[in-house]
Amino acid sequence: MMIEGALVADLIACALLIGGVKAMSHPRLARRGIFIAGVGMLIAIVGNAVFGPAVTGVRAALALLAIGLGGGFAWYESRRVAMTAMPQMVALFNGLGGGAAALIVVTRLFEPGRPAGLILVFGLLALVIGGLSFGGSGVALVKLAGRWSKPLRFRFQNGVHAILVLVILGLGTGLILHAGNRSGLVVFVAALSVLLGVGAAAPIGGADMPVVISLYNALTGIAVGVDGLMLGNPALIVAGTVVGASGILLTRLMARAMNRSLGQVLFAHFGEVAGADGSGSRTFKEMDLPDAAVTLAYARRIRVVPGYGLATAQAQHKLAELTELLRQRNVEVRFAIHPVAGRMPGHMNVLLAEAGIPYDLVQDLEEANPEFPQIDVALVIGANDVVNPGARVNPASPLYGMPVLDVDRARRTLVIKRGRGTGFAGIDNPLFSAESTYLLYGDAKTVLGHLVSAVKSL
Amino acid sequence: MNDAFVLLLAAFTGYEIISRVPALLHTPLMSGTNFIHGIILVGSLLVFFTARDPTAQILAWIGIVLASANVVGGFVTTERMLALFRSGRQGETHDD
Repeated sequence: MMIEGALVADLIACALLIGGVKAMSHPRLARRGIFIAGVGMLIAIVGNAVFGPAVTGVRAALALLAIGLGGGFAWYESRRVAMTAMPQMVALFNGLGGGAAALIVVTRLFEPGRPAGLILVFGLLALVIGGLSFGGSGVALVKLAGRWSKPLRFRFQNGVHAILVLVILGLGTGLILHAGNRSGLVVFVAALSVLLGVGAAAPIGGADMPVVISLYNALTGIAVGVDGLMLGNPALIVAGTVVGASGILLTRLMARAMNRSLGQVLFAHFGEVAGADGSGSRTFKEMDLPDAAVTLAYARRIRVVPGYGLATAQAQHKLAELTELLRQRNVEVRFAIHPVAGRMPGHMNVLLAEAGIPYDLVQDLEEANPEFPQIDVALVIGANDVVNPGARVNPASPLYGMPVLDVDRARRTLVIKRGRGTGFAGIDNPLFSAESTYLLYGDAKTVLGHLVSAVKSL
Repeated sequence: MNDAFVLLLAAFTGYEIISRVPALLHTPLMSGTNFIHGIILVGSLLVFFTARDPTAQILAWIGIVLASANVVGGFVTTERMLALFRSGRQGETHDD
């Protein structure tokens, strides 16, 4: 059924897609990379449509209509969404891809001459994994959008999930052993897979969401690759598997950056171990804005540590303005970014880039930490867990062992903080009561705005 | 069975090509690979073109809608993010 022309198109497409991903892992080539991959995708789609099975005009028109609807919706949504909401977009489009991967299998199993044997095994794998990814991405989307803040947890939760897995496995085995029209059963298995995806993501707290989206992204890749095995289509096999493998690596890199294993993220939920350790008796020192402006303006070396609080306050542009002012006064300003700052690893880099801050002013954890003892002022904006020194010294802290930015080693630390509460993960932070730490309470955008005008008037 | 070898090689390729990616690019890269698995659109189209059963046709058509959203959305979000990255060094700022 595969015609030579389509194979040639697939071959060229695979080369371009892999080359594109490779380029995307380098800052200077990254933008070229997405265009290279885009061309590859276009070649794969057009090549398979043109050289693929002959179709009637009506069916071709219907296909174009579907592409227009799905593509148009995605175009509209993704053009207007704010950079802070990018993680939701990734979750959304990933879930839709997983849904499409599962639907292909359902479609195939409805048809006469439906797959059997090994091909059916591949199909069911793609169905279950695609369904999982669809359900889980949906939950991730809602949670990231802030519409579901309390993780859903109940007793024997993992047990319930285990039973679901067993039922899916049992029904799958039944489908493989008994050929014949079982389309109803297939739909039931699909529904159970989606349910399992929802159930698995429901108890996971916000702090772990980045790892979870990355995992579901890898799962969709695997579902697509296995779909390729079922359909015998090399482009699907290669592109899907590349995403699956790179996605699993990326997920592990992220989990490691948070000092958590994938198993801990999925089965042992954050926050259960988070005990408060007497934060009530702490004293906090505040600094008023004029003093803070002077401290910044007359420093020689400043490190800014932005966290998600910066993004929720939409304060990146004010920060860029302050940076520019300070640099004009010959203050050395650099940005120290924790690998999991923001809602996804690397998300903060995107937000800083959006505000026009050049990426060579940005340091990662390994570059930044050795320098902190020589830094005059560390300015922490809306970050909390990633600067918690308890992760270094307090074995009782749930963050213990996670690499953090050592802002407490700077000569002075200014923290812009929205309220007096604890961070995203609800863990006490001894940084705030440290000797060299001064707090500036308020919304990041407002505080930075005041600092900008105060520095200007110096 | 040949396909299994293709899958194996692709798995190693995927692991190798991103093993040295800076944290700076984690989000765009995740979004970029999110675009790549939009290749599922090719599968959705092939299945729709060959479907004979009416229910299968409808399901396959819905699959095309979902897959197209994956492709287009994945591309646009990734491109938007990557367009923001610029270097501060002189002579290296890109055209935009």
